[in-house]
This record gives sequence, C-alpha cells and structure tokens, in this order.
Amino acid sequence: MQPFEYRTPKNLKEVQQELKQFGADAKLVAGGTALIIMMKQRLVRPTCLISLSSVRGLAGIAEKNGALRIGGSTTHREVETSSLVRRRLPLLAETYRHVATIRVRNMATVGGGLAHADPNQDPPPTLIALGASVKASSAGGSRMIPVEEFFTDYYETVLKPDEVITEVSVPRLPPNSAGAFLKFLPRTADDYATVSAAAVVTLDRSKKIFSDVRIALGSVGTTPIRAREAEAVLRGQPVKAEALRAAAEKAKQAVDPISDFRGSAAYKREMAGVFVRRALEKALEGFKRVKSAPSRQSKRRGRR
Amino acid sequence: MKRAVVLNVNGESYDLDIEPNRLLLQALREDVGLTGTKEGCSIGVCGACSVIVDGRLVSSCLTLAVACQGKEITTIEGLASDGRLHPLQQAFIEYGGFQCGICTPGQIMAAKALLNENPQPSEEQVKEWMSGNLCRCTGYYKILESVMAVVNNKVGTVQPVRRDERSAKIESLKVYKSS
Repeated sequence: MQPFEYRTPKNLKEVQQELKQFGADAKLVAGGTALIIMMKQRLVRPTCLISLSSVRGLAGIAEKNGALRIGGSTTHREVETSSLVRRRLPLLAETYRHVATIRVRNMATVGGGLAHADPNQDPPPTLIALGASVKASSAGGSRMIPVEEFFTDYYETVLKPDEVITEVSVPRLPPNSAGAFLKFLPRTADDYATVSAAAVVTLDRSKKIFSDVRIALGSVGTTPIRAREAEAVLRGQPVKAEALRAAAEKAKQAVDPISDFRGSAAYKREMAGVFVRRALEKALEGFKRVKSAPSRQSKRRGRR
Repeated sequence: MKRAVVLNVNGESYDLDIEPNRLLLQALREDVGLTGTKEGCSIGVCGACSVIVDGRLVSSCLTLAVACQGKEITTIEGLASDGRLHPLQQAFIEYGGFQCGICTPGQIMAAKALLNENPQPSEEQVKEWMSGNLCRCTGYYKILESVMAVVNNKVGTVQPVRRDERSAKIESLKVYKSS
C-alpha cells in the first residue's frame, strides 16, 4: 500500500473538518475489510484515511418509534447477534449472518458495507425488501435515503463526498407479515452469492390474499434491485403456487446479470426466478411457524 | 508520517513507531517479532493471519496496526503458559489437526475465539465458525476432530502410536497395494 495520513476524529464535526482539508484524496474507513483490499490492489489510492472508529455515537442498535436504528459503525456481527434485532426482525439478523466469515463480520460495519456498494452483498436486498433507509450526514445537515434508491452503479452510490452514513433505519414489519432471504452459494460457504433474493410478504386478515409484497435481488446487475413487476403480479392475488411462479417469471425479466466464475448470465437469470419463488415460499412458511410454534424461527440455523 | 503506537500483545506492551500503512500482520511479525501468525492470501479470505483483538477474531492482513492502538491482541504465541501447550494446541497434535502447519495458527486462534464465546459448540457450529479458515492439506475432518476433542474434554487421552504398531499398520496397508 502507498503511504497515507491516518486521522482519528472524535466526532462528526471533526470528520467534516478532515474531509474539507483532504478533499477527494481522503477516504473514510470503518472496518476496512473492503477498502484495505482495494488499496492493496491499488484500485484506490487515498492520501488520507479518516477513521470512523473513534467517532462517538456512531455504533449501536436501538428502537425508536417502532423502527430499528442501527448506527453506521455497528458491525455486521453486532446486528447478527443483537437480541433486539433477533426479536424484532429475525430476518435482518439472519441476513447479516450470511455475510462472508466471522472475521469479516467482526470488522465490517453496516454503514461501510453500504458505502462500498458491491452489488453482490447480502444485506442490501433484505434492507430494500424491508423498506430501510440510510441516514447520510454532512456539514449542511442530514437526509434520509431509501436503500432502494441508494445504489447507482458498481461501487457507486448517491452519497456526496462530504456525506457520512450515520444510521440505517429499518421500519417495523406491518401486521401479518413475514420475510425471507436466500443466498445461492454453489461454491463455498463464505462466497458472494451467485444470486440472492429477499422477500417480505404481507397477507390480508384471512391470510389467503397477498395485500403487499416486496421483492429484492442481489448479484443480478450493477446494483441490487427491487423487482416491482414481480411484486405487482402478487398484490391482491390469492396465495397460490401459480401466483408464485408467475412472480418468479417477472423477476427473471427484471434482472441483468453478468457471466462470471459464479455462473453464466443465463444461469443466473434462471436462478433469480428460482430463488425469488423459494424466498416467497420460505416467507409464507413463516406464517405457519408463527401459528404453530413461535420459538422455532430463531432456532433455524441452516447456513444456506 | 510515522506514528507512535502501543500494541498490547499477549499481555506485553510494545512501543512501536510505524507508518499508518503498516498492517497488524507486518507489525506482529516484523516489529514485535512474533512470526507465529502467518500470511496466506492477504485479502482476508484464508484465515492464516487470524488473531484476536479485544476479544474478536479478525484478519490481521486487513487490520491497520495504527487502528489497534491500546487494544489487547492475542496471537498463537499467547496460548501456551508455563511451558504447557494450550489444550487446543495439544489437541491439534494428538488428533492430526496440525498438518503442514501454515494454516494451524489461524485455525487454532479461530477455535480459541469460538470457545471463548461458546465453550460447548456443536460440530455444526464449529464447522460454520471455522468455514473461513482454509486448509490446503484439506484436513478439515482432523481439524474438526481436534476442536471437538477440546470441547468433549478428550485431550491427553490419545497415546502416541508405538513404532512397532506403526510398522504393523504399514504392513497391513500393503495388502491393498498387492491386490
């Protein structure tokens, strides 16, 4: 790695001062699991690293007005193991548990992962399906950005150079809702997904009609995507296998994967349909589980 | 520009004067002089450089040394005490988890971090936790057996194979060769 300055601001104001001083040559660093690799490979060459590790108030998970507020510097592992997250949104804890290895999850942060914006990551599809937002703060104030609108291209986001992700806010699930995240891993347990799919399903009071559905996919294009056409197929329809298959077909049309060592574009497109259908099925299983044995969900520990 | 950094490694304090681009791995091996921690892939995938920082298992190849100022670092050298190997180290020898050796320090540190958090993991939990520690000898079952030996308190029960027993074993294998 080329030499660089290393700064450890204690609060957001100091972060802004450092950003102002070093401009575009500076990079914010949290866990470093993505940035340090990119620096070793000379893909990025910042002359200054501004560490967020000492910034007060950026880590931690709390519940506020029904929403989970996850600080930008909270590690993946903290989300995975948080009793609050496991109680309120087991899907979110389960999704973060799928990320890479224990070492990466111990270091990588929620905000850092989103800012890295690799379209193969696990959390974004689930965050999109859950309707989560990113809070970005700068000297001029802060704004909330839906995760769905956050990514613009490979490793590109709508964040401005002086913005810091201070929080991720995940709303409470509506009543009669359940979700699932599935990661297709044909190679190794710690790999990025070949495709991944998250689904959050809300049923009407009879539990026989889809009143709302949110579907998102990862590893199928330059950014994680929301499959709105697939959702539209289900909304207002009875819960039936044909409806799930029709939604899966729509999801296949929504994706634009590339061929790489994890599979050809055609194969990934096919798998996108399969995994959307399975994610919907798994989400629907959640309703049965809640009815019969409420404690079961947290005991399911299958990695794949 | 160099910075003064204090690293607490295995209970000893080291005052270093290092560049911010120095990795914890390099600082441990070259500045502190503890070469038990190995460099494998250099991109956080293989686990050979695993160390425990403030109780958490991390890749020292992705960790800046300056970011470890004041933190408690445990490396493979910190496990044995009073000339006695840690049960995990002993188990890796007795149960064959120690093979060519390059991944072993990382494997043992990963297992140590797991047992710190959960002293009674199931085989499945060990497999999942250790999935990020690669072994090119592919001796994963031996590694799993070694960790489970510690969990099930079976370290020290294996007698070394005697020379005559070993010869008899080799002889018995020749049956397969000739037929």
